[in-house]
Parts: sequence; structure tokens; C-alpha cells
Amino acid sequence: MVARSTIPAGDFRTSYAADTMIFPTTTSRNFAILGVVLLCFAPQLFSEYWLSVSIQIGIFAIAALGLNILVGFTGQISIGQAGFFLLGAFTSAYINNTYAIPVFFAIPLAGVITALVGLIFGLPAARLKGLYLVIATLAAQYILLDFFSRAEWFSGGSVPASANPFSVFGYTLRGDRQYFYVVLAYVLISYILVTNLMRTRDGRALIALRDHYLSAEIMGINLTKYRTLSFGLAAFFAGIAGALYAHYQLVISQEGFGIERSILFLAMIIIGGTGSIMGTLMGTAFVVLLPESMEWLSHNLKGSALDKALALNNNITFLREIAIGLIIIGFLMFEPDGLAHRWRQIKTYWKLYPFSH
Amino acid sequence: MNTAFLIQLLVNGLVVGTLYGVVAMSFVLIYKATQVVNFAQGELLLIGAWVCWALLTKYQVPFWVGMPLTLVFMFAFGIAVQVVILRPMIGEPIISVIMVTIGLSTVFQAALKWMFGVNPQPFPPVFASTAVDIFGLQIQTVYVMSLVVSVLMMLGMAWFFKASKYGLAMRATAFNQQVAQSLGISVKNVFAMAWAISATVSAVAGVVVAVVNGVSSGLSAYGIKVFPAAILGGLDSVGGAVLGGIIIGLLENVAQYVDSQYLHWGNLYEIAPFYVLIIILMIKPYGLFGTKDIERI
Repeated sequence: MVARSTIPAGDFRTSYAADTMIFPTTTSRNFAILGVVLLCFAPQLFSEYWLSVSIQIGIFAIAALGLNILVGFTGQISIGQAGFFLLGAFTSAYINNTYAIPVFFAIPLAGVITALVGLIFGLPAARLKGLYLVIATLAAQYILLDFFSRAEWFSGGSVPASANPFSVFGYTLRGDRQYFYVVLAYVLISYILVTNLMRTRDGRALIALRDHYLSAEIMGINLTKYRTLSFGLAAFFAGIAGALYAHYQLVISQEGFGIERSILFLAMIIIGGTGSIMGTLMGTAFVVLLPESMEWLSHNLKGSALDKALALNNNITFLREIAIGLIIIGFLMFEPDGLAHRWRQIKTYWKLYPFSH
Repeated sequence: MNTAFLIQLLVNGLVVGTLYGVVAMSFVLIYKATQVVNFAQGELLLIGAWVCWALLTKYQVPFWVGMPLTLVFMFAFGIAVQVVILRPMIGEPIISVIMVTIGLSTVFQAALKWMFGVNPQPFPPVFASTAVDIFGLQIQTVYVMSLVVSVLMMLGMAWFFKASKYGLAMRATAFNQQVAQSLGISVKNVFAMAWAISATVSAVAGVVVAVVNGVSSGLSAYGIKVFPAAILGGLDSVGGAVLGGIIIGLLENVAQYVDSQYLHWGNLYEIAPFYVLIIILMIKPYGLFGTKDIERI
């Protein structure tokens, strides 16, 4: 929770420009650009499997980013992110199928609609002091899922809804290799947007509310407005991510988007570091790769003594949930600033190697 | 109008509602004493139910031995959870603590499925007769037992807070931690005690539900229903929680009646409490008996 305020001793900024800088050094900026350029070649280099994993990481990272604005920067919790994710998915598919709005426009539109619906749930709670939002979003999660299972005109009810593939100006993108670029573009745009948001007046207002809402209010920051804004943003990014997911999978069912998925989104930002934008990406990668690696591990352990003792293969789903829960608790207890903090420490260590203090 | 069906549902609602009230009471207890919104309340209930079930079926212990053993276990378990997991979190931001309880609920839920399987298990019968005759209504014995146990627990809780020394210490801590500490109350013990009592009371509710419906991981839904109940009654009012629970229980069943007789939407009773929750947050956010949050600067 204190990621941004822990500036190491001796690191002081003398100008406003230096304080709002995104990259501390030219090298770090060049490395970031290099990373993005390398990612552009990923579809040629990655295998099918790794490509689909990285698309998933990208999509979930957008939803987790929205949640991080709410949790990490504003100090509120939402456990309805999966509900809004699904709402974005269904909305995008619905407006694309029914009103013939191209997918290119349907995705941002779905984000906006999700944000508006989110506000219906968030507004009553955002007015209140304390943590009422977490309870309101819990209700939202259940109400939304109930709505999806009822509304056959919208989400197909018990039958999964279908979505069209992504198309731009009559050219339809087919397959993971082309869709990767869409996700990459959305990830880049949303991460740059949020990084810049945090450098503005509004972003600082959110952080002030998180750190001490009373002082913030006294200094003229409108509590209701900014809490509502940040909740709307969280729902917006969830909707965008959901819409991307819909046009990636082409079939949307509400299977697997219950409250556990919302907790998974929370896990992503806790592991990555609440209040850290790059951390969100790391946390998402961690949470997506964890089940994959557990799968791999249990596959390799098949037939061994440990496998027989724990009946690994039959219970892998439960073990995965236990692992996620334990990791959430562990990170909160021992590394509350998440992987982002650990990454900073590693960097500092190597910067001064071999003469670290 | 189908009067017999309505009355049946109302009785049902009263029984389920008092159980909600009991669970909500233990939820509010933790919230009041330690300021933690406990998302693992339903799992505490579930653990109690499974432990009692395991004692009764796997180890063939009679009910009157198994039940106290379960309660002792849950008392220790509550203290253990508080000491091991939540005590190190004291002083951390409140949202971290809430996320810890969310993590706990995931772990408990999955661990119980792992140990006991996903299939619902019937509870061994506790009573010889299945139904008693009250004012011409045939009511199942387990319902009567459930009602009696719930009311007894509420009375016990009321006595505990009003008359006992520990209860007084707990109320003092809830009122103001620093003052309580300076008057010689061990806040650490009070926190541990709050979790222990909460876990024990939830476990009793869990066993009662299990006797009525059998044990399955679906029981932890009671932990979710606690939120509408507690919000309705006021998040920090023990009496309000009980009343909120009863209202939510009745409302669920009325919703089911309206649904089955007129609307035919299906599944309305499960979702109605959440609509109520949103409406309460809009019109009366601090509930019926909750203290309004007024700050002096």
C-alpha cells in the first residue's frame, strides 16, 4: 500500500517535471521501448500455446489494472470485477450482433456501458465512508450473474452467447497470431493511460483519498466524486477486458466467472503490488502461469509417491484454489508491496553490485 | 392465495432467518471488536458442520459427545486463526486485512472440498420423531430444535455481553481500543476471544443447518447472506443483526412465494436479498440500528 511513498534516501527531486517523470533514466525508457518492440515479434516466435497464454495475460491484465486503480490507488475493494468483466463480454457481443456496430467500436462502447452499470451499484456505496463498496460489489456480482442466466435475449441464458471475430474496415482478423496485436495495443494504451492518469491532478486526488480521506476532503477533494470516478474506471477496464475476451474466445459462457474469479483478480494485484502499475502486469502473469505450472508439475509427478499420497491429479482444482488463497495471505503478510517491490530491490542490488551496503 | 403453502414458507423463513441472525450476530461480533469485515464467516460455519459430521459418521461418536467436541475444536480453531493469521496484520491497512479474510475463505473452501469431497452428505438422524404437532401445524422436529437452539444462543450472547466480565471488556474494546487498553484490558485477548466465540457460534449454526439439510459446500452461502442481514440491521449492532437475519429469511421465502405463485421467474429467493442490500445502501445506508458515522475534526 505504500509503494509510491517509499522513495529511498538521497533520492530527492527538485523540479515538478522530475517528480512526474515516468522513467527515471534514459536506459530504463529505452529498455521499455525495446521490450514492446520485441513483443511485436512474439507471434512469429512463440508457439501456439505460449501465444494463447500471453493473450490471456494481456486481457486479464487490463481488468486487473482497473481493479488496481480502485484498490491500490483509492483504497476501496471490489469483489465484483468478474461480474463486470462478463458484462463487458456480453455487451460487446450483443451490440455487435444486434445493432451491427463493428467490433472495433463495440469494444470501447462495451467498456462505457459496463462503467455506467457499475455506477448503479457503486454510487450508493461510494457516497458512504468506510468499506461499503466491497459489500455492494458482492451484491453486484450475484445480481449480474443471476441476470445473465435469466436474460436470454442478452446473454443467451443457459446457452453460451456467440461473438464475432475482430474486424477492421472489412478485414477480419483470424487466429491468435493476429489477435495478439489487438490485445497488445489495448494493453499498451490502457497502461499508458493509467500511468498518465496518476500524474495528473485527478490521479493525485485518488492517492490522497487513499492515504487520508479526511485530510483530502479538508483540502477540497470531493470524496464522492473521486470514489465514484475510480469505481467507474475499474468497471470500465473490466468491461474492455471482457469485450476483448469475448472476441477472442468467440463463445462466452458464464462458467468460471463466479466470485472465485473476482478473488483471482484481487490476487493478481495483491501479488503484483497494490498501487503499482507495472506490478499489475507481473501479478497477472504470475496468477495465469501458476495453474499452468501446477498442471505441469502434477503431470510430471504422476505415479510418484507424493502423487499417490495426495491424489494430486484428481484434486488439482482444489489444490490450485488453496495455492491461490495461501499466496494471497502470504503476500499480504510478508510482502504487502508485492512483486513490484521485490523487483525494485533486485534492481537496486544489481545496481550497486558488488558493493551493496 | 395458497395459505397453507404461505404459512409453510413463513415458518421456513423464520427458522432460516433466525439462523441467518445467529451467523450475522457472530459476523458483527468480529466487526465490532476488531473492525474486520470477515469474508470467511460462512467457511467457519462449514468447518463446524464438517467436523461434527466427521465425528458422528467416521468415528461413530454419539451426538451429545460430538457436538461439545466440535464446539471445543472451533473455539481453539478461532483462536488459532486469529493468532496465526490476523494478529500479525494488526496495524496494516484495513483493506489488507479484509483481503486476508477473502484469501482465508478461498483456502478453507478448497481445503474442505479436498478433504470431504464435493458431494453433499446426509447428517445422521439426531431425533427419533420427525415431526411435532404445534397448533395443528405439522412442523419438523429439526426446525423446532433449530429455532430453540438459535434463540438460546441469542440469549446466551445477550447475557454474555450484559453481565459477564469478558463481555464488558469486549464492549469496552469495541467502544474505544486505546481507552480500553489503558484501563488494563488485554486487547489481544479480546480479539482472540471475539474470533473464538464467533467461530463457535457459527459452528453451532452450521451443525443445525447440517442436521436439517445435510452437509455440503453450499452451506457457506450462509456467510454471504450475512451481508444483507448485517447491512439491514446496521453493521455494528448485534441486535440489529439478529433482526436483519430474521427479516432476510422471511423476505427470501416471501419472494419464493410470490415467484412461484405469480411471477414464475425462478430462483428469485436466492437473489432477492442482494437487491434488498443495494436498496438499503441507497436509502438507509447505516441500517436500522447502526451508528451513523459522524466525524469530528
